Amino acid sequence: MNMTAQHKGAEIGISQLSKVYHTREDEDILALDNIDLTIERGSFVAVVGPSGCGKSTLLSLLAGLIPRSSGEISIDRETISKPHPKIGVVFQQDLLLYWRTVIDNILLPIEIKKLDIAKYRDHAEELLEQVGLGGMAKKFPSELSGGMRQRVAICRALIQEPGLLLMDEPFGALDALTREQMIMDLQSMWSRLGNTVLFITHGIDEAVFLADRVLVMSPRPGKIDLDLKIDMPRPRKWAETHEDATYHGYVREIRKIFEAKGILVAH
Amino acid sequence: MARTDTADISVAKQQRKKSMANAKRKRSREQFAERYSALMLAAAILAIWQVMVPISGLSEFILPTPWAIATRIVSEYQLLATHAYITLFEVLGGFGLAVVVGVTLALTIFYSKPFERAIYPLLVAMQTIPKVALAPILVLYLGYGWAPKITLAFLIALFPIVISTVVGLQSLDRNLVSLVRSMGASEIQTFFKVRLPAALPNIFGGFKVAISLSVIGAVIGEYVAAERGLGYLQLQANSLFDTTLNFASVATISALGVTLYFLLDYVEGRVAYKRDAAK
Ligand SMILES: Nc1ncnc2c1ncn2[C@@H]1O[C@H](COP(=O)(O)OP(=O)(O)OP(=O)(O)O)[C@@H](O)[C@H]1O
Ligand SMILES: [Mg+2]
Repeated sequence: MNMTAQHKGAEIGISQLSKVYHTREDEDILALDNIDLTIERGSFVAVVGPSGCGKSTLLSLLAGLIPRSSGEISIDRETISKPHPKIGVVFQQDLLLYWRTVIDNILLPIEIKKLDIAKYRDHAEELLEQVGLGGMAKKFPSELSGGMRQRVAICRALIQEPGLLLMDEPFGALDALTREQMIMDLQSMWSRLGNTVLFITHGIDEAVFLADRVLVMSPRPGKIDLDLKIDMPRPRKWAETHEDATYHGYVREIRKIFEAKGILVAH
Repeated sequence: MARTDTADISVAKQQRKKSMANAKRKRSREQFAERYSALMLAAAILAIWQVMVPISGLSEFILPTPWAIATRIVSEYQLLATHAYITLFEVLGGFGLAVVVGVTLALTIFYSKPFERAIYPLLVAMQTIPKVALAPILVLYLGYGWAPKITLAFLIALFPIVISTVVGLQSLDRNLVSLVRSMGASEIQTFFKVRLPAALPNIFGGFKVAISLSVIGAVIGEYVAAERGLGYLQLQANSLFDTTLNFASVATISALGVTLYFLLDYVEGRVAYKRDAAK
């Protein structure tokens, strides 16, 4: 089980990656400063950092959505500069197309890549089943709740079994209860699929709970301040983990960095 | 304890059934009212008109009753239809041209900033000219046939189509573009999978305004100089002091506009999904 899972995840290499934005006022903004990072196959990496530190920029670069200013990104040792088929993205908003049914939304990447849609239909239904949305295939997004919609967006990102799943604050818009459920579901889905995940979040707690590794970014220019390995057994249970001293130790360690940088003011 | 629990549940179940049935009944009542309210209002107005004419003592010569107009429409069906076809042809010609040119212009404006800067002021300037003022000039250049009418219908319909299409395309959530780009979509795919479907409700809004305006444009063209068409028939009726035929022509013109409008509405329902359609 673990062996097959390890095969599916992609290996990510980032070296000396920088990103400079040119604003309309002709300013140059250094959003990412010389980032070096290797992500192992099948690992779950969370990125936390204050607003505006360049988390989304990092994700957009990996997704091939914006050009990099310098440096290299590789997936399975292959340098990439445009959107790569091995990568699936989940954004903060679900971004479902409201004129398409749930199933047609999930099959959108297949359509765009001009693959045989009929072949993927069963897989799409299966994914829906796995996220607890069996029988919802023919519904329109407007008939679903926020949590359900984000689940559909996750299915859409997973339809092609991507080696790397990029998630940009995917649960930021959800209420606490739904968020908790989604975090648990994501954990079990990930342990089943075994793909590599880069998970961007504001929440220190969800980062520590989910990840094998938490990267803490500093405010502009974005750099990685801390690369923290999270050593807790899996599967992690919600209540138990939240009472675990190790868990709180990790959370405290990250908070301390934010306090040292003046991002969080200690009381 | 367990007994009361099940009893409560069955009561709750019945309650739920009842409220769902109520909601359904309410919905079907609302649907009925929605569907027929326009017809009922129109019927009421016509009925008042019908009884007011004899009461007020106006002669049918000045204000014919709806009934007289209706019977006239039936008896002169042939004549009205011949002229209606002409007007319909002009309207569709002008509107069709406006759709082709308007959508092309809108796409160019959307994809090219310099073109947008160059063309927008011109379009707005053109829009401020009263199209009626152009009619005599168009006749001068294009003669008495269908050409000036189609041109007028085209000119009057162009602006709303361009504006609504551009606004529709520009109001797209940029994140949706990022989304399909991340799937590897080309610009052509982005256009057909996201930009166009998202803009369709706006585009059809423009089309609907434009088709009504096209009817006005064509008829105004016929008022100025024509040998055929519903506008021409009205002028004929006027010169013969045939008020009933005049009204019958007006009714036909309006029926033409309404039919075309609802045809577009139907097409829109088939191709475009409105954001709040599930409500
Ligand atoms: N298109 C752009 N043009 C100019 N500057 C940009 C652009 N996009 C982002 N930036 C700047 O780059 C920096 C990093 O932005 P980014 O969106 O990556 O932050 P973030 O960490 O995702 O923040 P948040 O947590 O609020 O989402 C910010 O200072 C932002 O102002
Ligand atoms: Mg962000």
